[in-house]
Amino acid sequence: MIKKDSSNILTIQDLHASINGTEILKGIDFTVRSGEIHAIMGLNGSGKSTLAKVLAGHSAYEVTQGSVLFDDIDLLALPPEERARAGLFLAFQYPIEIPGVANTQFLRLAYNTVQTRRGKEELDPLEFDDFVREKMKMLDMKPDFLDRSVNEGFSGGEKKRNEVLQMALLEPKLSILDETDSGLDIDALKIVAQGVNQIANQNNAMIVVTHYQRLLDYIVPDYVHVMQSGRIVMTGGKELALELETHGYDWISANKQSLAGVSA
Amino acid sequence: MTTSLQSDYLQYLLSSWDIKPTESLSWLDRLRAEAIDQAGTQQLPTKKDEEWRFTDISPLARLPFQAATPKFDLQAKDIEHLKLKEADNRLVFVDGHFAPHLSIISGSLSHIVGNLPALTSRDTLLQSHLGKHVSIDHNVFAALNTAFLRDAAVIVFPKEFVLEQPVHLLFIATQSEVTSYPRSLIIGEPGSQATVIEDYVSLQPSAAYITNSVTEISLAEHARIQHVRVQRESNQAFHLANCAASLGHASHFQSTTVTLGAQISRYNMHIHIANEAAECDISGLSMISGRQLADTHTCIDHAKPHGISQQQHKCIVDDAAHAVFNGKIIVRPHAQRTNSSQSSRNLLLSKSAQVDTKPQLEIFADDVKCAHGATVGQLDAEEIFYLQSRGLSETEARNLLTFAFGAEIINRIPVPSLKQQLEQAVLKQTQSH
Repeated sequence: MIKKDSSNILTIQDLHASINGTEILKGIDFTVRSGEIHAIMGLNGSGKSTLAKVLAGHSAYEVTQGSVLFDDIDLLALPPEERARAGLFLAFQYPIEIPGVANTQFLRLAYNTVQTRRGKEELDPLEFDDFVREKMKMLDMKPDFLDRSVNEGFSGGEKKRNEVLQMALLEPKLSILDETDSGLDIDALKIVAQGVNQIANQNNAMIVVTHYQRLLDYIVPDYVHVMQSGRIVMTGGKELALELETHGYDWISANKQSLAGVSA
Repeated sequence: MTTSLQSDYLQYLLSSWDIKPTESLSWLDRLRAEAIDQAGTQQLPTKKDEEWRFTDISPLARLPFQAATPKFDLQAKDIEHLKLKEADNRLVFVDGHFAPHLSIISGSLSHIVGNLPALTSRDTLLQSHLGKHVSIDHNVFAALNTAFLRDAAVIVFPKEFVLEQPVHLLFIATQSEVTSYPRSLIIGEPGSQATVIEDYVSLQPSAAYITNSVTEISLAEHARIQHVRVQRESNQAFHLANCAASLGHASHFQSTTVTLGAQISRYNMHIHIANEAAECDISGLSMISGRQLADTHTCIDHAKPHGISQQQHKCIVDDAAHAVFNGKIIVRPHAQRTNSSQSSRNLLLSKSAQVDTKPQLEIFADDVKCAHGATVGQLDAEEIFYLQSRGLSETEARNLLTFAFGAEIINRIPVPSLKQQLEQAVLKQTQSH
């Protein structure tokens, strides 16, 4: 929800990033205030997933120019784990599988690591069990989910639900959902979106990276940004996603000039 | 190493042979006599032998450790930490010698579980199995073990007998500069089901000694045996082991091996699918560091049709350690409808760590399914990033992933307390950085 007096959570200025010497992000500017949901749309290769990974601190990408403030902290100076502890969360497009580690062990480890860094109490296995089961109800997850190895043999929908569960546990200030809708059928999509909507509140913010408009029927954005060739070429409200759905991404190139006024 | 040094070594070992003939078991005397003759004709293998090309055991020739004499200073409290609470029955061997005061055999099992000399009532059965599964031809270590055979863990699971609790065979090294010759014989009669743990430990973390062990396992039709083998010897020890299992009709053999200890270790496992529709499920984990060398050679010999074998072997190699895995699968001409899969996965944690992995398929039947694969790699950067993005430091992420890699094998062990002990050992090693 857009509110005039909300504080800035994320301020990105002129962000450039490369991988193996090839520039992918070519100057990104935008600001996310608390309570807002931003959608970033674009074709494959437009740089939207790169942006998500750069914000989370993936070491394969080199930031060559620009700045990112998270609250008042210089985000780019922090290693990935410090960003997570400061309240940034990335829901992965392809969550990794960790055979040999039970999901409940992993979730508790992540939870306690982040909690202690925030100066809060750790939960023992029993306390954590109650806590996590409550959150799992929200995502319609079966209890055996906890005993299975992390993401191993999970369906696409289960993996994404597990990401949103982690998001619910870690209570991030800023969540970035990287193509969370990919590989989901409509039922799974609704459940995941419902979970995300329950987590969203006035004190946090979300960036939803997606290729398709479909997810935005269920997670309604305040802003839609369209990326092309490493830049945000257009910004609008939620109706921009519908326009894109109707006209396709080619329409952007044709209308970039005439719609330039919409761009913030 | 010169040939003369090698033969000197064997001559020296054999010259120490002073086992008194038994009164009742003359077949055993013959078995030993044959083994002495065999050992006398052989030499220590060198890297020129195909089966030993990755493993140089020449240091052994400079360590002519005599057979250990019995020393039973150990008290029950000394081995408290090694006990497994699930195991009601435990046979303890100290430097290869049976230690009755540390062992527990529940009364009802005393006629089927015990030390070899105590089970003479099963003479005929033992005679038909002991030394019949492990070959001593071209195998100097098995020949030496048999030459020095005196005490042995013997378990005979009778027909249709189901034992829920595992039997723990605990082999403890206490003396330095000796050779011990642990020996085990496990017989599963038709339809029996049981779990047996072979556990090789040292009470002195840096004692130098040699363990030369032989294990023979026989499964009759429809028998199901779960076998766990743990090697946690001292970091200066030499561990040379041969294990052979013969699988009868529709029998099921599951074996999990965890190798953590010894300066140089070599484990030969030979599985003979001796009858139709037998199934084996073999997994192994070697986790080594420093300058350790751990060599695992397995051979699954499908001699009869409709056999199923599944094998997974993993190595975690740190520092300048060196792991070897050689997995041979033989499918004989008549062993049609064999279904076999093998995977070798290896994790190198340092630049100087080394692994040699070699799948070796010899297939002579045409209607078979055989899959195999091997990977060697480092921890995956994407996996580390995933965990970092959840708040774990890079070191914590690496440790967790390394632990998980090993835990996948350890989780297969059907004995919770042992699983926990090994998880702790793996965790301790992953966190040593």
